[in-house]
Amino acid sequence: MKHIISVLVENRFGSLNRVAAMFSARGFNLESISIGETEDPEISRMTIVTRGDDQIINQVLKQLNRLIDTIKVTDLTRQPHVERELLLMTLKLSKTTQHEIFELINVFKGKVVDIKQKSITIEVIGSPDKINTSIDIFKPYGIKELARSGVVAIHRGE
Amino acid sequence: MHTTGQILNGSEIFFECLRRENVEYIFGYPGGALLKVYETLHDVEDIRHILVRHEQGATHMAEGYARSTGKPGVVLVTSGPGATNTVTGIANAYMDSTPLVVFTGQVPSSLIGNDAFQEADIVGITRPITKHNFLVKDVKELAITIRKAFYLATTGRPGPVVVDMPKDVLAATCAFEWPETVEIRGFKPTFKCHKNQIEKAAHKIAKAKRPLLYVGGGVITAEASEELRTLATKYNIPVTMTLQGLGAFPGSHPLSMGMLGMHGTYWANQAVNNCDLLIAVGARFDDRVTGKVDAFATQAYKIHNDIDPTNVDKNIKVDLPIVGDSKDFLASLLEEMPEKTESHELWLADIEKWRKKCPLSYSVEPDSLKTEFVIEEVSKQTAGNAVVVTDVGQHQMWTTQYYTFMNPRSIISSGGLGTMGYGLPAAIGAAFGIKDRPVVLFCGDGGFMMNIQELVTAVYCKVPIKIFLINNSYLGMVRQWQELFHKEKYSFTDLAESNPDFVKLAEAFGCKALMADNPENAKEAIRTALAWNEGPVVVDCRVARKEMVFPMVPAGGAISDMLLARLNPKTMV
Repeated sequence: MKHIISVLVENRFGSLNRVAAMFSARGFNLESISIGETEDPEISRMTIVTRGDDQIINQVLKQLNRLIDTIKVTDLTRQPHVERELLLMTLKLSKTTQHEIFELINVFKGKVVDIKQKSITIEVIGSPDKINTSIDIFKPYGIKELARSGVVAIHRGE
Repeated sequence: MHTTGQILNGSEIFFECLRRENVEYIFGYPGGALLKVYETLHDVEDIRHILVRHEQGATHMAEGYARSTGKPGVVLVTSGPGATNTVTGIANAYMDSTPLVVFTGQVPSSLIGNDAFQEADIVGITRPITKHNFLVKDVKELAITIRKAFYLATTGRPGPVVVDMPKDVLAATCAFEWPETVEIRGFKPTFKCHKNQIEKAAHKIAKAKRPLLYVGGGVITAEASEELRTLATKYNIPVTMTLQGLGAFPGSHPLSMGMLGMHGTYWANQAVNNCDLLIAVGARFDDRVTGKVDAFATQAYKIHNDIDPTNVDKNIKVDLPIVGDSKDFLASLLEEMPEKTESHELWLADIEKWRKKCPLSYSVEPDSLKTEFVIEEVSKQTAGNAVVVTDVGQHQMWTTQYYTFMNPRSIISSGGLGTMGYGLPAAIGAAFGIKDRPVVLFCGDGGFMMNIQELVTAVYCKVPIKIFLINNSYLGMVRQWQELFHKEKYSFTDLAESNPDFVKLAEAFGCKALMADNPENAKEAIRTALAWNEGPVVVDCRVARKEMVFPMVPAGGAISDMLLARLNPKTMV
């Protein structure tokens, strides 16, 4: 089963490497990993998406905790949380398709971030499911390039 | 001794920190990136530097010192090749939870990343084989980093820590500050065991009909042998030990069952198969212990105490996990236990039956020397009180079977990583730590050659180690597997043609050397070697060449299916 794990780590060079290397050394699945500074500049938050049965996830959590640079490890999967991913995608553009593309951007509550004669770059924000769906839907129009941020997630407030 | 606030350069700070960490020995080798450190070292008198002949030797010596004393071993090597040569020792210490602090020189900060001369990203290289590692980027960070390194290496589950020190940092100056306390927010090991869990465990033990203690190196690290002894003897619970756990409970005690697992005793493995309660203390259910996990201790309720939570439910699912220090675990358990439980007489009688059915045995022949005989004889002549170091292979397993370990911190052996070449340097390191007991090394002829250069270190330091070279001129354990499981294709394991004359070799190093090739002259050579304390002595024991270690659980097999004696491989599937 898919798990979203939030990890607070010391904001030092090498912290990301320690986490990523631990996943590969122990053969854990690593679907996505994203990292950024928190409100405290000494601490970064990592959001990790991984898969495994309970025994494996249990080990993943313990092995993460064991790293000296990790401060807090939370499995958000079974707790109230919000998850988002950002998609940037450049599509082919032509007179015949532009109308449909603009409509679909609205459907996905996306934005146009750049537009040229023959291409359009859009952003879509949402759950990984929504991102997957939008990629499927836009595919027939010709995707020139795309980039996904990986999931970031956080607890819902009280 | 320098004082706080004094302006010092990085090298002076380095030694001042070691002084404050009560370091007695540094195992090291100089080089370009460390010139400043060795300049300062020239006038340091209160810390002894042991010049090794290869950096791998330094790490194993530090391990031998650490395992025999419980104090952290300290290594000092230069950048690049000096640092990469320590990798095997660091990995070995990581697997066996040995506290090491390895200091590596590094090229000047401005050159890092430029493929500079003798540059290696040792922090990157050692990340997966250290408990933690540091690159010191500012001389102001040096003291606190060294403090943290020692704290991390020795606290909780011990392990190796690397501190990488660029050349310019070692030359730069700042006011020396020694942090009295150290706080690492991401590192808070659990020492105290959970009370409810302890109550549950005590309840289970009190009710058990066939309980078994399975004891690992954690008991020795936690210095909990006394508590273990009280628990086992007061409640009549038999004890089996892992390779690293040997000595935690005296081997001559009737409740001691010796080692379990692949080359463990038949009765210990039978006890695992038949126990109704398994109490694992400071052990990690290694594959060499469990064999096939589905068939391991299937009838038992399993209690598992370990200080490292990742060890719990990693290989074997347990019923009652108790994270915490093994000394706290055993002491708290003793408080919770009722005054009296069942005496387990039937259970102990079963074990006795298994012990009689398949005892450890070998034949003594007047013209042929057996490794088992050498080890057993050394065990007798030292009354089980030596610090015994081994290399890796057949002799290592025979040591577990035929040396009767009476005290904790008595076996120093590469368990997790299985590093050939570990024995000789580890024995030298142990001899620096332990002066009041003999230090004995059993080493195969294969492994002896892997760090033979350290014989120089032993000779010039006059280290009185007694080296029993178990010379069958084969890579014996590999040969054993080739005979049993690989169609007798003895591929590259016969060293008879290429081995040197070890007596002459040892003498060339300036080492006393003896030879033995039958039980009679072996007895005499052992006596002479144990009495020789002017320096190292090598006894070239020319043992029977094709002996195999039994009993044996084939890799991945269930421990209930032990091979008890030599089988004809042609009849094996």
